[in-house]
Amino acid sequence: MTDDNRTNSQNAFDGMALEQLEQTHAEWEQGEVASFLARQPEAKTEYRTGSGWPVQRTYTALDVADTPLEDIGLPGQYPFTRGPYPTMYRGRNWTMRQIAGFGTGADTNQRFKYLLSQGQTGLSTDFDMPTLMGYDSDHRMSHGEVGREGVAVDTIDDMEALFDGIDLTSISVSMTINPSAFILYAMYIALAKRRGYDLNALSGTIQADILKEYIAQKEWIFPIRPSVRLVRDCIAYGAQHMRRYNPVNISGYHMSEAGASPIQEAAFTMANTITYVEEVVKSGVPVDDFASRLSFFFVSQADLFEEVAKFRALRRVYAKIMKERFGAKKPESMRLRFHAQTAAATLTKPQYQVNIVRTAYQALAAVLGGCQSLHTNGMDEAFAIPTEEAMKLSLRTQQVIAEETNVTSVVDPLGGSYYVEKLTTQMEREIFAILDKVEAMGGTVKAIEDGWFQREIADTAYEHAISKADGEKTVIGVNKYVEEDEDVDIETHPYDPETEKRQIARLHATRSDRDNEKVAALMEELKAVAQDPSRNIIPTTIELVDARASMGEIIETLKGLWGTYREVPVF
Amino acid sequence: MVSDPTPSCEFVADVLAGRTRAVARLMTRAEAGTDECRPAMAEIYRHTGRAHVVGITGVPGCGKSSLVTAVTQAIRAEGRTVGVVAVDPSSPFTGGAILGDRIRMGDLVGDPGVFIRSMASRGALGGLARATLDAVDLLDAAGFDIVLIETVGVGQDEVDIVRVADTTVVVSAPGLGDDIQAIKAGVLEIADLHVVSKADRPDANKTVTELKQMLMLGLRDAASWRVPVIATSAETGEGIAELLAAIDKHRTHLSTDGNLADRKRRSAEARTLKIAEDLVRRHYAARRDAATDALIDQVSNRKLDPHSAARQLLGTLNSEITS
Amino acid sequence: MTSEDDKIRVLIAKVGLDGHDRGVKIVARCLRDAGMDVIYTGLHRTPDEVVSAAVQEDVDVIGISLLSGAHMTIFPRVIELMRDADAEDILLLGGGVMPDEDVVELKAMGVAEILLQDTPPAEIVATVKRLVEERGPR
Repeated sequence: MTDDNRTNSQNAFDGMALEQLEQTHAEWEQGEVASFLARQPEAKTEYRTGSGWPVQRTYTALDVADTPLEDIGLPGQYPFTRGPYPTMYRGRNWTMRQIAGFGTGADTNQRFKYLLSQGQTGLSTDFDMPTLMGYDSDHRMSHGEVGREGVAVDTIDDMEALFDGIDLTSISVSMTINPSAFILYAMYIALAKRRGYDLNALSGTIQADILKEYIAQKEWIFPIRPSVRLVRDCIAYGAQHMRRYNPVNISGYHMSEAGASPIQEAAFTMANTITYVEEVVKSGVPVDDFASRLSFFFVSQADLFEEVAKFRALRRVYAKIMKERFGAKKPESMRLRFHAQTAAATLTKPQYQVNIVRTAYQALAAVLGGCQSLHTNGMDEAFAIPTEEAMKLSLRTQQVIAEETNVTSVVDPLGGSYYVEKLTTQMEREIFAILDKVEAMGGTVKAIEDGWFQREIADTAYEHAISKADGEKTVIGVNKYVEEDEDVDIETHPYDPETEKRQIARLHATRSDRDNEKVAALMEELKAVAQDPSRNIIPTTIELVDARASMGEIIETLKGLWGTYREVPVF
Repeated sequence: MVSDPTPSCEFVADVLAGRTRAVARLMTRAEAGTDECRPAMAEIYRHTGRAHVVGITGVPGCGKSSLVTAVTQAIRAEGRTVGVVAVDPSSPFTGGAILGDRIRMGDLVGDPGVFIRSMASRGALGGLARATLDAVDLLDAAGFDIVLIETVGVGQDEVDIVRVADTTVVVSAPGLGDDIQAIKAGVLEIADLHVVSKADRPDANKTVTELKQMLMLGLRDAASWRVPVIATSAETGEGIAELLAAIDKHRTHLSTDGNLADRKRRSAEARTLKIAEDLVRRHYAARRDAATDALIDQVSNRKLDPHSAARQLLGTLNSEITS
Repeated sequence: MTSEDDKIRVLIAKVGLDGHDRGVKIVARCLRDAGMDVIYTGLHRTPDEVVSAAVQEDVDVIGISLLSGAHMTIFPRVIELMRDADAEDILLLGGGVMPDEDVVELKAMGVAEILLQDTPPAEIVATVKRLVEERGPR
């Protein structure tokens, strides 16, 4: 903290008051604190946040004196530190969006309807591994994985079954899928057209965030450059045709699950964001035409204050990037909106009911941080995908926060906390420092190709595993308060062994009951579009899926043109 | 692991018949450095010399593994068989290693005409591991037509590969400006072929031009081999066929102008000296007793000069090594 | 003179379609730090690829990590292929998330050990060393 900061009129405190505070603080350290420590030392010599930052004993106005007042601002106002909207949950609660997906489209459709009947306010779809990786259910790589961890979707017929009886203009639908996202996106649009909906009436989100796949989640198909082009095409198509739909969900969550610290999660997500925005702008779409439809997805972790600071800092950083770097003019283009999910990696098998408590606190952090939608994990997810009962309980967790605790009555209730404001500013500066570093390395794609992000995350994950193993990092039930003879008795979600057969039969029925000549002709058109990076691939893909081409057919065709990605080995 | 219940000699016939398990097991024993496998390896050696041994070297991150994969696929498409020995560095602290070259070679797995072996350098310098050439011998004797050695991606100040391979390929990636300098300093003259990888990148052409200019400066006499610079992309397949053709052409060149015999002899010499050196080190390390300690003390106290001490040491070790 | 460079060789693979490699990379690092040679084959491997690589690499141990829930499909296939390749002296280890009853069944099939999520690194290293020692020279 320097003198100019103190005398700067933009700051919250005048220099005289701060000087006095500094003196009082020093006296307190030498007086009360010292004599107390003499009688009873603190339990640890140093205290750190989840990101590993050392924290002070307490925070005062001195710690926020170098944060310009306008950086804190007010809710719904640039730089949106205190929230994207002025009234937040006083107007409408966040969307309670529990993810679901297993078996066939019809199986998941039932779970959707159950969740809606329990008061859920948005839908979120989990796909099985073959669908996520672009394989049809009858491909040899799919064997054993069809409909197991999510719902299997091969063709638009499955999409029809998935949303049967659900009005897609009255509920927002999120789809968690990446390298093959553009096909699912096309299926969703084709389905909406068949039903005669106005595309501008559709709200929802498709993840389609490929860069974090190379960095963390490792679901990829094509090399980086054509993959980024697919994301660009999704965004550009959405900007033109779907006013309320989020054609990308730029995600930090998976990086966190792969081991990234909160600061890494935040900074790396912003690095990816910059790349996408640059790509779309380069293709000729003005930033204000699409930026308001960019959406985000972060984890909500255990360190409550740090998480709140992370969400606040992210809003501030994003606003500054969009305004200063990309010259956005509309406030909506600078307003970061995010979905949060509690941290699956923190769930334990031992004493699994404790997961309910963990999840509740993590959910609270997301709400205090101002999320727009939230998924709370099921207590049984360290065993298998969640049962209906577990999902109900986690939905109730959100409902308790929303309707019993009153935390929703005040917008950004932690704003002004010396600690949270200090952490927010610290986070912001560190995010910008990391972004500068990535820039110096030649940008995000280059840093991915060099394995830089991957190595950073692997190092954090390794340190975390070691500190968990030697007990430095407490995990209740795993390295502390362990029950030696714990007999875990839990009913998990059953997998129907007939799923694979049923799904393959559906696929084969579709293939034998369509105009194969039309599919073949459209496939040729797809090849032509794919080979011309200046064209948008979405319209042809919509026609293809509407003609009932399967996802695997489309992906294999493109693999023939673009090849496949091989990872950079990093440990 | 550890001493073998099956005598290594019994594997020889199986290796010569090209049986994978025998080739692999004998490699492990050679790598472990057990003396028990030496008679078998001696027998194997008599059946080598047929394969075309190609060394592929370059700094880390230049795309060696991807290139090896693409070249192997091209060779296989012609029906010839390929052995690959991929060397990665060992951790200097723990002696362990993570060998990750297979990640990029996934497409080759499952083809019986391709044998891939990963090997840790175990502290050896110069880009190879001590047992790399034993592995090459085994692949040669087992009948693989071409053996590719992928070296450790270390700095190129000491490069063994040039002394043991028939053909040495040096790989550079575009945009590694400083490394061009390193190439100039050390590796330029060792390459029989230069490859600029990742040719799909915009800056690849610049690297090709730079390399060509450097080669002009060090132009050899007209009759000798003209070192080509080939731009390749493992992603698009660009330049791979050209590279394979150049590798084959180099081999033909060696056998027609008589250089092949020279190279083989140079390799034999380098290898023999290297093994002798290793033997001395290992026996010294294993021996380390009062007598050798006293010898070193004398040198340390300036009572004896190091040259005389070395001669004495060799005299002492000599009987053990040759017995 | 006997061997001085006698190292345990371990092949680590992700089989199936899931890309969760956080755990498997930590395992690879720990085994390396314990002085072993670890061959990492990367993601999305098939059982055929793994067994064929393990035979060429002549490893002592194959470690397969799997979080997609397809373990009851994949492990039996790996065991079958190992049998076909006459490679049953290689120890097979599994890692990931799976229900206890499946663990029992997999061990009965011939998987030497299953290391579930949250197994401390030191225990993984100790298990590999113990199993290799118990198997003895080959």
